[in-house]
Amino acid sequence: MKLDVRLFAQARDLAGAEHVSVELPDSSTVATLREALAAQFPQLAPLSPNLLIAIGTDYASSETILSPEADIACFPPVSGG
Amino acid sequence: MIELTRDTIDYTALTESVRSDQAGAVVLFLGTVREMTAGRQTAALDYDAYPEMALAKLAELETEARDRWPIIEVAMIHRIGHLELGEVSVAVAVSTPHRPDAFEAARHLIDRLKEIVPIWKKENFTDGTTEWVHPGVEPESNSD
Repeated sequence: MKLDVRLFAQARDLAGAEHVSVELPDSSTVATLREALAAQFPQLAPLSPNLLIAIGTDYASSETILSPEADIACFPPVSGG
Repeated sequence: MIELTRDTIDYTALTESVRSDQAGAVVLFLGTVREMTAGRQTAALDYDAYPEMALAKLAELETEARDRWPIIEVAMIHRIGHLELGEVSVAVAVSTPHRPDAFEAARHLIDRLKEIVPIWKKENFTDGTTEWVHPGVEPESNSD
């Protein structure tokens, strides 16, 4: 399945894109997505261990199963306020 | 009232919006752009947000706070975009019947906002370097 991932903040700057496309086997987990992002975008390496994944408007855990319809976002730790 | 804005935050209007005859206490918290951070001088901040999720998380925080304190009204607004030194980046206003609850709820809301709401700041230092603030990540300065 092909997943569209929105990037924010330094993740977007390092990847040089607001959206990236990642190809994963059906029913892959968030953990697999992290590995795929790190492999496909080595420039994200400084952030990799800290990157957060959101599905819809909720934070996803590593075990969460992904579907191609999901709104997926990937970003570094937040710093609002 | 929950909002993200690119405009100057009218914190007087925000405070008025939570006032009520049922309230004996109104607390307003303002976050403002600070000049010095760990010995480095800030000229400006740029805020980025994931708007759909940020609004959803702010709404969750409101629900969480209303479950815990007898809140009459609550208003939270966060600015995004480019902010100069001294400008208001975030405002949280809470009204409750008595003051301990208003202080506690406002403190809780701003603390949780900083933990879970997907908004990020980028420092623009006076030496010309910029740096995203991502807690737990080793900073990497970039000269733009």
